[in-house]
Amino acid sequence: MKKKYWYDYLWIVTILYFTLGFFNILFAWLGMIMFILPLLFAIIGGNKLYCNKYCDRSRLFELLGGRFSLNMAPPPFLRSTWFRYGFLAFFLTMFGLMVAYTYQVFTGAPLRETVTLLWTFKLGWSTAGVSSVTPWVAQYAYGFYGVMLTSLVLGLATRVLYRPRSWCVYCPMGTMTQGICKIKHRNDAK
Amino acid sequence: MAQKNKASVGKQCVACGACIRKCPIGAITVYKGMYAVVDVPKCRGCGACAKHCSANVISIIEVNNEEKILV
Ligand code: SF4
Ligand code: SF4
Ligand code: SF4
Repeated sequence: MKKKYWYDYLWIVTILYFTLGFFNILFAWLGMIMFILPLLFAIIGGNKLYCNKYCDRSRLFELLGGRFSLNMAPPPFLRSTWFRYGFLAFFLTMFGLMVAYTYQVFTGAPLRETVTLLWTFKLGWSTAGVSSVTPWVAQYAYGFYGVMLTSLVLGLATRVLYRPRSWCVYCPMGTMTQGICKIKHRNDAK
Repeated sequence: MAQKNKASVGKQCVACGACIRKCPIGAITVYKGMYAVVDVPKCRGCGACAKHCSANVISIIEVNNEEKILV
């Protein structure tokens, strides 16, 4: 039995995050930590320690392991450069559109109290706490929760077919941080 | 020299680190966030990393000496 470390329990963070956000969308802002930390590791440390140890999402996938999964080897296209960077570009574009709408709300557009799943499905969501903040803060929370939920659903769907952490092959965060590390260490590749 | 099984990481490694977490003896690490590298002398060729590699880029190959394997 391998020794357990504190970060092996980080899957609790995923469960907590999505539960809190289910009842009060403003908790979605906490997800910024999962967005900024991996970038800091990559930009400052030049490493993927976040992916390798501290990512709550992949700890959850490891915890689930091969259960309820066909556990197949992922298809080669998934790890191809064009697919990984293409998906990253698509993901960032959709993220940019979400931020753009947040800006429109900041300048007076109406607040949309929905969470968008898989860039398509608009889910009606709890409005608890929303009236206590300026509308753009709530709009970003709805938008960001949608981004987090979309990636969770994709990750879970991928692991139903393939190995537990197959999502990590095309996870935009993973692609981005690996890309940053490669640029940072461009003279150091073996 | 006797042939031994060793893990060898392919070029399309995504540096996720799933293999690190499955290796029972810590013989595989991610090098500067870029790709996984095998400590060849240490590796026992058990295949645990290959079986769990998220991108399916690890193969177990037979080597004659324990120098660094280039793929
Ligand atoms: S690739 Fe994505 S899901 Fe996988 S460990 Fe890294 S940040 Fe987490
Ligand atoms: S083959 Fe076994 S010993 Fe070698 S790196 Fe993989 S898991 Fe570790
Ligand atoms: S599990 Fe596979 S893709 Fe991930 S770091 Fe190890 S060798 Fe690379």
